[in-house]
Amino acid sequence: MAARQVTRLLTTLVLTALLTLGVAVAALAEGEGFAGTLMAGEDPIPGAEVVVRDADGNEVGRATSAEDGSWAVITDSTGQYQVELLTDTLPDGVELTDASPIRDVRLTIGGLQLQIRYDFDEAVVGASTGDKLVQNLFSGLKTGLIIAIAAVGLSLIFGTTGLINFAHGELVTFGAVTAWFLNTAGLELPIVLAVLGAVIIGGAFGGLQEWGMFARLRKRRVSGFQFLTVTIGLSLLYQSTLRLWFGNSFEDYVIEQRPPLEIGPILTPPKDVVVMVLALLVLLGVAAMLQLTRMGKAMRAVADNRDLAEASGIDVSRVILMVWVLGGSLATVGGVFQGITGNVHYLNGFKLLLLMFAAIILGGLGSAYGAIVGGIAVGITSEVSVVWVSSELKEVWALLILIGVLLVRPQGILGRAERLG
Amino acid sequence: MDEPHVPPVDHPDPVPGGRRAAAAAALADLDCVPGVEKPDPILIADEVTRRFGGLTAVDVEHLEIQRGVITALIGPNGAGKTTFFNLLTGFDQPDTGSWSFDGEQLGRVPAHAVAHRGMVRTFQLTKALTRLTVIENMRLGATRQTGERFITAPFRAAWRGREDDITAQADELLKRFRLDHVRDDYAGTLSGGQRKLREMARSLMVKPRLVMLDEPMAGVNPALTESLLGHVKDLPEDGMTVVFVEHDMDVVMDISDWVVVMAQGRIIAEGTPHAVASNPEVIDAYLGEHHDDKSAYETGPVAIDHALARSVAEGYE
Amino acid sequence: MDFSLIFTSALREAFGTQAAYYALLVIGLNVHYGYTGLLNFGQAGFAMVGAYGVGIMVTWAGWSLWAALPMGLVGGLLFALLLGLPTLRLRGDYFAITTIAASEILRRVIRSSWASDVTGGTSGLGDVAPEFTRLNPFDGRVKLVGQWSYFGSDVWSGLWTWAVVLLVTLLVWLLMRSPWGRVLRAIREDEDAARSLGKNVVSFKLQSLVLGGMIGSLGGIMLTLQRSSVIDQVFEPRTTFFAYAALILGGAATTFGPIIGSMLFWFLFTASTQFLREMARQGWMPGFLESSDSTGTLVLAMVGLLIVLLTVFRPQGVFGDRQELLLDG
Repeated sequence: MAARQVTRLLTTLVLTALLTLGVAVAALAEGEGFAGTLMAGEDPIPGAEVVVRDADGNEVGRATSAEDGSWAVITDSTGQYQVELLTDTLPDGVELTDASPIRDVRLTIGGLQLQIRYDFDEAVVGASTGDKLVQNLFSGLKTGLIIAIAAVGLSLIFGTTGLINFAHGELVTFGAVTAWFLNTAGLELPIVLAVLGAVIIGGAFGGLQEWGMFARLRKRRVSGFQFLTVTIGLSLLYQSTLRLWFGNSFEDYVIEQRPPLEIGPILTPPKDVVVMVLALLVLLGVAAMLQLTRMGKAMRAVADNRDLAEASGIDVSRVILMVWVLGGSLATVGGVFQGITGNVHYLNGFKLLLLMFAAIILGGLGSAYGAIVGGIAVGITSEVSVVWVSSELKEVWALLILIGVLLVRPQGILGRAERLG
Repeated sequence: MDEPHVPPVDHPDPVPGGRRAAAAAALADLDCVPGVEKPDPILIADEVTRRFGGLTAVDVEHLEIQRGVITALIGPNGAGKTTFFNLLTGFDQPDTGSWSFDGEQLGRVPAHAVAHRGMVRTFQLTKALTRLTVIENMRLGATRQTGERFITAPFRAAWRGREDDITAQADELLKRFRLDHVRDDYAGTLSGGQRKLREMARSLMVKPRLVMLDEPMAGVNPALTESLLGHVKDLPEDGMTVVFVEHDMDVVMDISDWVVVMAQGRIIAEGTPHAVASNPEVIDAYLGEHHDDKSAYETGPVAIDHALARSVAEGYE
Repeated sequence: MDFSLIFTSALREAFGTQAAYYALLVIGLNVHYGYTGLLNFGQAGFAMVGAYGVGIMVTWAGWSLWAALPMGLVGGLLFALLLGLPTLRLRGDYFAITTIAASEILRRVIRSSWASDVTGGTSGLGDVAPEFTRLNPFDGRVKLVGQWSYFGSDVWSGLWTWAVVLLVTLLVWLLMRSPWGRVLRAIREDEDAARSLGKNVVSFKLQSLVLGGMIGSLGGIMLTLQRSSVIDQVFEPRTTFFAYAALILGGAATTFGPIIGSMLFWFLFTASTQFLREMARQGWMPGFLESSDSTGTLVLAMVGLLIVLLTVFRPQGVFGDRQELLLDG
């Protein structure tokens, strides 16, 4: 397929996306329910199945898309539903670009059919394995950089305080959602300002957690077990609060849409390239900070050996506070980048959490550079696996790496061998 | 789950003048040089090295520990004493080296198996099983309890008899260490000195042939020190060999029959307490100790690595 | 507002099949966390292998239900070995991460279309336990007191599940008063001390993991009997977090803590959900909290908060003895 044609298809796709922005458009029809048209660019997708379930997970109805790609499921009542596109019924080579084939939707008005939109990535249709590989390496690098940025804080917090923060994913979501609110509702700040604002708020949120909670808990000599269960509780608390605040929808930032770029076999929205360049700059900045500034050196020293750092006159509490601020800011950056290249959802950060864990264990627990190397490796592995194996399993590979690393080299790539006694 | 059984230590009739005195007498004529051969060694270590990053924490060419006496292991901070302990007892893995205990090779044997062979250690920072009572702490030390097997555990009849024996043994030890009045208290409620006593008593539940005590007097108030020292001195009379790490030279001079001095991972001297105390190399090593740790981060990466490895080697955590 | 209705439905849940199923998960978790100090964040995964072990053998291999039931336990055993062998030698943090990661990997594999021939993918497996349902002697609704009643099928599965809960509680009690249990508690307090006294710590931890994991799998098996179907969504990480909430509520390292905790958890969970819904119906809630979806979410937030507050302020549980926990090492 000619690259120009693909470009045109994707342009159309982006344009239709713009027209139907806001995810759902209500259309009058008989009986309430859900409907949509599955299109890969200009080509309809026939024969794909969509299942609708009620709040208890019972199937209410299912539909198969017609020759023109259209489908509809009529439910008997309003309420909370889950709509799922069965991805294995899609034709070969057609990939869903959305984060999830599942939509949790609330049907509030009787007699309306809620339009459910799915986006498909047609770039890989008919491409050679080599081209696919390059394309996926590229998107893997993108995912990896995002994981890396979000995971640096997680790893540094572990290094300086010995805490595995299971609520770190919610720091990521918090940042992304904050940026979204600054960017859209009410303030309508341009994306750059919105992100900067969110980074500051996210950093403050991270610092607040340390100052208001974890520092105090350490003083109470709460045990390591208790810390972990506290972060599990926090994760549930933040996640639910974010859902109450943001809702259960997939949203986009307001960003000027431009035609995709074509670099050799790689086809990408320009915003993704911008995100990658910015991500690299952020990571370089973090490295420079850790390597050159007094605070950065102190962070590494505390992560290396807390007691020794304390004995050397470093104000450990302040360093830990700054690590949390840094962690919160970086989590925000990661969350925003994740939202820009995909979309914003209240579970984004939680979904990223396991990949971040894989990244920091692969790279070496407690090391900032380890988190970066590990993050990129995890991102590339999961995306490249899609060339050969179903994309449903792409994260499975990253998590298998995690277990493999524990078997072979538990201290990770950049970690120091631990002393047991 | 199969645990090797150690024959219980036999307690032959005391030798006139004490068994320890007899064993120590054999050391009197030895040359006071590092690695000197002992007439009746229970532990022989060869070429044991352990490196952390760039720093060699332990590098012991040859060391023999005489059976039935009290050997002190001394040296300045960061000399590698605790690391050497950790290696010998299976709590850390050496980069090279081998050692034998009573003729049996012990290199790379896991820590729990080392204890089963009759070599038991205590820790510098006592390991209180806080939320277990003192008597449960003691019972835990016993070996050959079939009730520790998953399959037999639910059936009390299968392990009750052994449990009674263990309890009797534990009560006897508690009495000897004057801990019987806290028998049923949680171990976490004991004072620092009582913890040291309990730690030593608990290690004796294993019925060891070699007891390795890591700073048994550290943090103990002076009132208890005497009784603790008394207990250490008694161990050889019951047929046990003692190796201990200590900083207090008065204690070392008081209770040890032989002193091994480590500095920077190596054994720089060994001999009778008297001989070691007058050894110029030992005095040098101790005087050289006093440089300041606190400037470590200001003096560049090498110093950081060095200080880091030293603190790691000493087990500060 | 009908408080008696709220109270009755909360009571129904506290003694219902759901609470019994959770009690099994929590007993297993208590073996891990309460007695051994193992942070298993993948207990839902153990329940899942139990449930799918049975479900797959029945629907895919065509075995009879009775022959398939033990396969759920075999699944738990294998999962415990898979998790434990690489991680139990390492620090507790690695174990915690691996357990949650492994159970999520497995769940995603199970729900993928790649595995759907065997696992039923996102639709799960249905009609797994008709033999069990057929034996149900209870018809219609069984009334207890006032509005407190159960469906006959729930009484049937509930009685069995609670019976299993009591049996397992007895087994765990027998084990924990034995020298074997003493070693586990010693490992919880200080691994190195146990090691220095000749205990093979890794082996004991593995035994604990297998025991508690298989109890969790037993929970999955009982759930499968109750529902006669298996679906991956009920085994999301949230299930494990609920189990932790119940364990801390009832008191870790106690014999009846898991049972009391599960009952209390489901009582509180149902009562607050119903209460908030009732509030919303009366128009007393702010607009964004009106829908039943958002009241549900609000309750989840409360569960999170409960975990945090209990862990910090009453780690010994609601009825536990605080004294014991104040001891420092």
